[in-house]
Amino acid sequence: MSRLVVGAHYGIKDWLAQRITAVLMAIYTLVIFAAVLAGATSSHDAWRGFMAHGAVRSVTFLFIISLGYHAWVGVRDIWMDYIKPTSVRILLHVLTLLVLIGYVGWAIQIIWRL
Amino acid sequence: MSALNEQKKQRPRFLDLTVIRLPLAGYASILHRVSGAGLFLMLPLLIWLLDLSLSSTPEHLVLFESITRSVLVKLVLLGLIWAFLHHFCMGLRILLIDVHVGVEKQQARSSAMAVMVVSLSLTLAFGLKLFGVY
Repeated sequence: MSRLVVGAHYGIKDWLAQRITAVLMAIYTLVIFAAVLAGATSSHDAWRGFMAHGAVRSVTFLFIISLGYHAWVGVRDIWMDYIKPTSVRILLHVLTLLVLIGYVGWAIQIIWRL
Repeated sequence: MSALNEQKKQRPRFLDLTVIRLPLAGYASILHRVSGAGLFLMLPLLIWLLDLSLSSTPEHLVLFESITRSVLVKLVLLGLIWAFLHHFCMGLRILLIDVHVGVEKQQARSSAMAVMVVSLSLTLAFGLKLFGVY
């Protein structure tokens, strides 16, 4: 029996997640830009101190998680649009997930060791 | 039924990507995908630079300085600055259209033009800073 490896249940959830993470990242971008204008990158110590601040660390954590999820949905959409053979597409999905999980872990480790 | 199939077969098709002309919003939309893909592919570089910039090891800072001094790296960063700005501006446009703001043809055209103009202007402004012009 052949089955379609697609589903109707996760589309709206990912669509919404794409939007929510986009809004979070846009706000974060503006906050960081304002901080840079205010001198957060004026010296290496200032930069480290800024990123180590509890509130900044928390929102950076949220940004990293958002980026990971947002990139997952976006890159998965690209594979779904252009890669027709199911086996190749699933393999690319898995590889994308693995590298993104790795990136998220790496980035969190960078801000947490400060 | 067979008449329907016959009709389907004879439907004109025109999928020559080198000849198809899209409205500006179409190009801006494709660039949203291209910029997103580019940002994804360059994520390791960006995380690595973040890692080095926040390191307490002096050698890492020397390495960070030497990497970011390279013209080749600056060109890659310039491309990523554009990708981020385009993705950001086009993303705002998508969010607005999601809540039915700017769906009229003329408004949609203007907003696509605004995305291109704003993202390219900001890329120029940040690019000049990147290359140390100011």
